[in-house]
Amino acid sequence: MDTQIFSILLEDGIASGAIYALLALTMVLVFATTRILFVSQGEFVTFSGLSFASFQLGIAPQIVWLLAVLALVVTALEVVSALRLGQGKRVPWLVAIHLALPLAVVGACLWLAPLKPPVLVQAALSVALVTALGPAVYRLAFEPVANASVRTLFVIAIALHFILQGFGLLFFGAEGYRVDPLIDLDVSLGATVLKGQAMLVLATLAVLTAALYVFFEYTLLGKALRATAINRIGARIVGIKTPLAGRIAFTMSAFIGAIAGILAVGSTTLYYDSGFLIGLKAVLGAICGAMLSYPLAIAGAIGVGILETFSAFWVSAYTEAVVFSALIPVLLWLSLYAMPSEEGQEL
Amino acid sequence: MEMHKLLITATAIALSTLAARADESTLTVGATVTATGPAASLGISEKNAIELMPAKIGDTPVKYVILDDGGDPGRAVRNARQLVEEYKADVILGSTTIPNSIAIGDIANQTKTPQIALAPIPASGFVFSLPQSADLMVEGLVEHMKENKVKTAAYLGFADSLGDHNYAAFLKFAKPAGIDVVTNERFGRNDTSVTAQVLRVMQAKPDAVFISASGTPAALPQIELKQRGYKGQSYFLHGVINQPFLRVGGKALEGTIATAGPFSVAKELKDSNPIKAHALAMIEPYEAKHGAGSANSFAAYAWDGYELIKAALPKALAKAKPGTEAFRVALKDAIENSKDVVGAGAVYTMTATNHNGLDGRARVLVRIKDNGFHPIQ
Repeated sequence: MDTQIFSILLEDGIASGAIYALLALTMVLVFATTRILFVSQGEFVTFSGLSFASFQLGIAPQIVWLLAVLALVVTALEVVSALRLGQGKRVPWLVAIHLALPLAVVGACLWLAPLKPPVLVQAALSVALVTALGPAVYRLAFEPVANASVRTLFVIAIALHFILQGFGLLFFGAEGYRVDPLIDLDVSLGATVLKGQAMLVLATLAVLTAALYVFFEYTLLGKALRATAINRIGARIVGIKTPLAGRIAFTMSAFIGAIAGILAVGSTTLYYDSGFLIGLKAVLGAICGAMLSYPLAIAGAIGVGILETFSAFWVSAYTEAVVFSALIPVLLWLSLYAMPSEEGQEL
Repeated sequence: MEMHKLLITATAIALSTLAARADESTLTVGATVTATGPAASLGISEKNAIELMPAKIGDTPVKYVILDDGGDPGRAVRNARQLVEEYKADVILGSTTIPNSIAIGDIANQTKTPQIALAPIPASGFVFSLPQSADLMVEGLVEHMKENKVKTAAYLGFADSLGDHNYAAFLKFAKPAGIDVVTNERFGRNDTSVTAQVLRVMQAKPDAVFISASGTPAALPQIELKQRGYKGQSYFLHGVINQPFLRVGGKALEGTIATAGPFSVAKELKDSNPIKAHALAMIEPYEAKHGAGSANSFAAYAWDGYELIKAALPKALAKAKPGTEAFRVALKDAIENSKDVVGAGAVYTMTATNHNGLDGRARVLVRIKDNGFHPIQ
């Protein structure tokens, strides 16, 4: 292997690792605030990537109907529970946030899709569509059982994965899609060529990481989320609404997942079931950070990407086996330091 | 409980009486296809083709019974039993998928009913199988490579049993043709990057690359090869003959070569090719009913089942009447002796040891040009 091949492989590994890293961030975010190991995170990636691809064909993705139905159900549940609590005054607000907002996104998608708007508008529509799905999914699948054990929540997340993947097949079909890269600009650095799309992925990762840092360190909402992550009961005692924290975490994770999808579909073919493996590799990265540390999760996810590319070069038939076996030493290492927590005993 | 059982038995007797043959001279073709479930897109095409089959072959009226097995081998077996015992089928068409077709094979042999499988399975006894085997197609690719003076070829295929099978087939034909197979790289259907495998292929500097994958995933390696500046010829198998593949691959696919069944490029075949007329005769009514571009190779397999039955029927009728075991055995013998029976997808010459009956006429090579498949002639 000469330096040129080494650098190409490294670049390719970092580019796919950066996508995993985006998802690993959301895995840590969701796990820390809600204790859910959200394996169906990958579905947000495929939904947004495939929606983006269908906007490029001038067709509104059928997934808008899923959003519309979920919005209706969520609104009905919210309104009923508000009325039961005698909080009739909140109804207009609830309808605005849970129904009007998602339906506005649905309307915009249906209206703009046949007009073939500029690529960035298409990307924004896809991201909005998937972001709106995030809190609705949390509200319906997890919020009613928010205090269940980690294990129960994990099983629900797996069930959700199958449901969402089924919807993916229904709405997008079995065939794959890809679109032209957002940036078709290659920069030559000596013998190495840097792909524009790969640079874009890395830049996005950097910007989102910085934004998350600012959010958690300097905003009240961010601090509230951190407080929920550290101690749910304590957070509730000081007046933080933990269900709200869950919804915010899911909105953010759907948003980041959607952006990852837009980036991924520009450099590879996405299928309705691509999300699972992408999500699983992101989980590997997140585990490197013990599901707690953002920087370690990013480093771990990029490591997974690099390991994947190099093992594809050396033993292409066993790529997945190599990547997932790498989990074993990481788990052994973590088990040396793991403190039995209250959660652990409950399990 | 007893009452319940009695009721079921009574109903079953009543049903079987109802379903009994209307006319002793009617030929009954029983079909079980996968019209629902994961393989539905294949099975529905087959069902559509069966629905187009004429109600009379010569002077013999034909009754068609189509059942759906939903992709479940157990249901396929029950369907096959029902077809033979209740509907007194003289021949079974189906099923769509490999496991289902193999499962039905046992019933076919037990009840001495000829089965025409629409999936590529090992066929002997009362079982016939119509689709092209991967080996037949790989052989065609290697022939083309040899004609074009390819000395070294890289293999880049799926990391699954299909990838293994096609690699073995490629080695089998490449060695006698003097072609050196220089890589055995694998990738997964859902891989987001094949850069590493493609680098490995390019390091070996092959004259040609054989990308053994089906559907849209096959496009990714070719796109990567083009991006990395590979100038040699790329080859695909017939699993890529569909529009989504062209959509995903776009410009990167221009000039590549794939194997195909003659049916899928029937309109562009030379008029001298006997398959052309047969294929068009089936495509026209099919597409008039189901829309332009709807006819596919799966519909053609089912249709060729009819062509084989039609060719074999006179010989079988000379020996016995439909609905009898003697007739079914005679029909099997007649199909087994099919010689140069032209269908919509191939020309069949069966023998006692060859129940697939295909030769080089069942494949064409196509070149992808202007985002379409065009036969190389």
